[in-house]
Amino acid sequence: MSGDAPRQPLPPHLGRRGRRAPLAVVGSQVSYEEEMFGAAFDGVVVRRFWGFVRPYRRLLAVAVVGVVIFTLTQVMVPLLVRYAVDHAMAEGSGEVALLRAIALGFLAVVSVNYASNITQELMVGRIAGHLLFDLRRAMYRHLQDVSLGFMDKTEVGRLMSRLQGDVSALQEFLETSIFAIGDFVLLLGIVTVLLTLDVRLGLLTLAVVPALLLVRLVWLPRARAAFLRARETSSAVNGALAENVHGVRAIQEMVREPVNYTLFEDKAGENLRSHMVASRYSNAMVPVVELLTGAAMAVVVVVGGSMVLDDALPLGVMVAFLFYVQRFFDPIRSLTLQYSIMQRAMASGQRIFEVLDVPVDVRERDSAQDLAPDAGASIEFRDVTFGYEPGRPVLERVSFRVEPGETVALVGPTGSGKTSTMALVKRFYDVWEGQVLVGGHDVRELTRRTLGRNIAMVLQEPFLFSGTIADNIRYQKTEASQAEVEAAARAVGAHDFIMRLPHGYDTELDQRGTNISLGQRQLVSFARALVADAPILVLDEATANVDSYTERQIQRALARLLEGRTAMVIAHRLATVRGADRILVLQDGKLIERGNHDELVAHGGLYARLYRLNHASFDDL
Amino acid sequence: MPLVPASARATRDAVGFDARTLLRITAMAFTHRWRMALAIVSTVIAGLAQIVIPGLIGQAVDHAQGLLGDAAVATAQVRAALWQTAWLLVAAAAVRGVSTMTQNYQGEAVGHLIAHEMRLAYYRKLQRLSFSWHDRVHTGELMTRGILDIEGTRLWVHTGILRMVLLLVLIGGGSAYLVDVDPVVGALALAFVPFVGVGATVARLKLRRLWFALQEELGVLTRVMEENLGGIRVVRAFAAQGFEMARFDVISRRALGIAHRRIAVFVKSTTTMTYAFFLSMTLVLWVGGERVIAGHITVGELTAILAFMTILQQPVRQIAWMVNSIARASTCGGRLFEILDLEPAIRDAPGARPLEAPVGVLRFENVSFSYHAPADGPPAGTADAEVPATLAGVSFEVGPGKVLGIVGPPGSGKSTIAHLIPRFYDVTAGTITIDGTDIREVTLDSLRAAVSVIQQDAFLFSSAIEANVAYADPWADRSAIRQATETAQLHQYVSQLPDGYGTLVGERGVSLSGGQRQRLAIARGILPQSRVIVFDDSMAAVDAGTERRIREELAEFTGSRATIIIAHRLSSLRHADEILFLEAGRVVERGDHAALIASGGRYAELHALQTDPLGHTVGPGTQERES
Repeated sequence: MSGDAPRQPLPPHLGRRGRRAPLAVVGSQVSYEEEMFGAAFDGVVVRRFWGFVRPYRRLLAVAVVGVVIFTLTQVMVPLLVRYAVDHAMAEGSGEVALLRAIALGFLAVVSVNYASNITQELMVGRIAGHLLFDLRRAMYRHLQDVSLGFMDKTEVGRLMSRLQGDVSALQEFLETSIFAIGDFVLLLGIVTVLLTLDVRLGLLTLAVVPALLLVRLVWLPRARAAFLRARETSSAVNGALAENVHGVRAIQEMVREPVNYTLFEDKAGENLRSHMVASRYSNAMVPVVELLTGAAMAVVVVVGGSMVLDDALPLGVMVAFLFYVQRFFDPIRSLTLQYSIMQRAMASGQRIFEVLDVPVDVRERDSAQDLAPDAGASIEFRDVTFGYEPGRPVLERVSFRVEPGETVALVGPTGSGKTSTMALVKRFYDVWEGQVLVGGHDVRELTRRTLGRNIAMVLQEPFLFSGTIADNIRYQKTEASQAEVEAAARAVGAHDFIMRLPHGYDTELDQRGTNISLGQRQLVSFARALVADAPILVLDEATANVDSYTERQIQRALARLLEGRTAMVIAHRLATVRGADRILVLQDGKLIERGNHDELVAHGGLYARLYRLNHASFDDL
Repeated sequence: MPLVPASARATRDAVGFDARTLLRITAMAFTHRWRMALAIVSTVIAGLAQIVIPGLIGQAVDHAQGLLGDAAVATAQVRAALWQTAWLLVAAAAVRGVSTMTQNYQGEAVGHLIAHEMRLAYYRKLQRLSFSWHDRVHTGELMTRGILDIEGTRLWVHTGILRMVLLLVLIGGGSAYLVDVDPVVGALALAFVPFVGVGATVARLKLRRLWFALQEELGVLTRVMEENLGGIRVVRAFAAQGFEMARFDVISRRALGIAHRRIAVFVKSTTTMTYAFFLSMTLVLWVGGERVIAGHITVGELTAILAFMTILQQPVRQIAWMVNSIARASTCGGRLFEILDLEPAIRDAPGARPLEAPVGVLRFENVSFSYHAPADGPPAGTADAEVPATLAGVSFEVGPGKVLGIVGPPGSGKSTIAHLIPRFYDVTAGTITIDGTDIREVTLDSLRAAVSVIQQDAFLFSSAIEANVAYADPWADRSAIRQATETAQLHQYVSQLPDGYGTLVGERGVSLSGGQRQRLAIARGILPQSRVIVFDDSMAAVDAGTERRIREELAEFTGSRATIIIAHRLSSLRHADEILFLEAGRVVERGDHAALIASGGRYAELHALQTDPLGHTVGPGTQERES
């Protein structure tokens, strides 16, 4: 930076307003819209989907029967009118009694229509609702067990979109498929009835159907592209709005309002135009459909009317035709829409089953046992080799033993394998070679529950859940009493700040606990581990920067937490390291030094170097 | 991930009617005069064309029966009449099609246009509302307003105004026609209208409430799932999968219950509507049939009435949508206008002048501040009780080439000082001046351009690294960007990334460590060459060695500027010309490092704490020393 003269440039955009800022963008630069033009049928997806539908197959059968009855009664309505016109109202020979009978028949038909309508809608809605929840639950359940390697690689946002969007797409698919059956029956019914009533007039009238279908098929892909574009621009605009909402402080700080507003105007303008285009597409079909319907009616009027005049066609048939003609388009529209719904469902289905197919690496063995109460709280690594990608081990032949009651500090540069070591104790992953033993038993021979009970864990990031503070503290031991919760909070020095919160222990935390400070979250996570009261503690010390006052509090809390437990601590702070009984130094996945502080300093290796390099902390090595 | 906020809004104001809001939206719509005129004319024509069609159908049926005025006309004439009716039908269908299209398109277009206007106004307003306002509102709530509320407002034009016009024409014109044909049968044919209209409306409002309830439940479910997946390590660390599944099931079942209730209400309402319609039709068929037999009306007229019923069915069901649209537009529009009408508490004073060529002498004169100062918009009703001031009587001066250090326990008001300089908040008492001018008398833009605040937890934008560095000056050239990045000790890292300065950060981009984020924020903060620069604990996550290098690099840069450093780590401050020790908003000690150490006060105590952490900490076996 040049030590320039005291010259203050005008705010950049004021000085150079005429020129577009080359480096300015608003909103995310990544598009989230998924490609929608895949296959409309995927046998594998449908078969697996059927597995979820199967439990409801009885309801499904009822729904399908309901749909069919509903459609048939609908088809019958004009027929009854026709019958009344031709038989009860015929010129000169009107029969009031017959008319009344027909009206009663009509009442019966519409009542059946009512009943079947309720049945089908209710059944379909219920099945679809259950299915949505079942699919979501299956995925969620599976995600609780899949390997952490997968979870590390996958963004939560993407999983969420599968748990929500994709599941809804399959639900919609099921719903529309059942109704599509109805549409199909309706179309078939109308065609059959028309041809049965009068083949010639029927064929003439039905001539518009292929025309409708053709127009629809030409229109559909174009319209879909326009709709997709409108959706994309909407999500771009909303993304830019989200940035404006979340980053408003930074924006005001750097006076980016005018530049951003211009960019937003462009995006919003693009969105407006694409919505106008989409609206043009969706409405362009209206006159076409109306015109073709009008043409079909004209055919019935001219041809049918002449036939009636010539006594070649009963009047009632002409009336019935006029009613049917107006119904052509509905099923055709739904059926053509069904295609895109199926495409979307297949793509979603593939994504859902992809998640369900992620292998579960770490499974509890059937022979797994609980630790005996007298097993002793030791941890032992025997020649452990482990990695995340084949051929690239992050730990190589690591062996050590932590005796009951001992505190061992793990030290080493970033990427040396400290976090992996810790994860193996809790069996987040399985070792490639060697053995990890807890209380003298291979962790693969122990139940998940017993590992949970015996090993408490504190992660570097104090991840809290939304809910009350008390709920968070008793996260593992849900049966813990209020007194136990408070005792733990007191022990780690969190009680005072909790009591100062508006509702004390019942204060609701925001998502991830962001309404209390980082240091406070750290203390709550200590209290959570303390309530769990496990004989073994595995702790990844937070590197996060907290002020010296909070730091002191945390160090005290840590001391309290380690009391009387077997502990393995990934240490970043010299104070913690020096307090440990033994220190293990890792580098590139190998255990290179071990001993206490003084021994290691005297030894003059990596630890001694690190110690001299940085005064009070091992951060950012 | 879709941007729909996780926390659904409350069920409050699920149903509402606010004439003023509706009028205001309507007035906005009518600024697009020609489009609205065209839309309304088309709606009326579409309605009339729909009424004509059943009449033509009936006429055709009568012709076919040979009825043409008097009984004995030549069939040739009847055939000609049939042709004529057919042509009229096609014409009416075409008119109806075109006018419906125009009505829909123009209605939607006006909706999109006012949505566009509101969106821009909303975006601009959010940019301008001050920190104190943003502190109080939830970001999710703001997103909801910007997405769903604009949507709800937009639909009013099409589903509210135009649909109302169409219904008036159809029911008004239709009844006139029906009464003309046969008052009794006509009345029976219209009998279903009030039932369906009222029934559908009641059901729709009920559905709306259930929808809100469901959204709320799903919002909870989303949050639970998101947290679980984000905190999966904690879940597994505590072997809490069982607990988590149980929690999921409880919420999930509750949501499913509401979903089922919703379906039940929906099904009951729609099927009953249809049934009412069919019952009306049964009566028409029966009574109308008898009147045909009695010779009061013709078969054609009966057909026309039945055809008209078929046409009327759809718009009548839509009464429900219309009512829904009224409720929705009222609440959505109300919520939007509430924000659009706000006046930012912090804005240019009348006659404010730009700060020209500032030297950068910053002075705090007896500054006091409390966060409960008036926020944007109308006062919030009750006056707050006396709240303790965040800052009280703070005075200092820092000029070009000088460094002021600020230290103190959490909550002592350090960051508040940083926020007052660019007027993110206004002082409650006292004055802040730059080059002797009160900062409230200069324009905000020029003030903020003259001051650069680098925050501890800097917000990074999800774009390329270079775009982030150049955020305050997007015209900056590459060399300036690179120089700032080098000064911040980040260049080395950036240049080894595959896309270098073009690498995306933020969502889907590379994830930076805390220290790297801070260094990026530093690069961003020094790029615009502001006269006053404030480091608000902005090197806390940077390790001591790197911080030293950054400080050395910055020496030349800060040599001609006023610099304020707020820090916890005293090593960051020891070279400052003056250090303020802040406690509970007051300056309790001031002086340079040596003087403060010598005086043996709070500063010296903190210094001891930081250079000798061992005395206070420990693992088992070490004696804890009580302070």
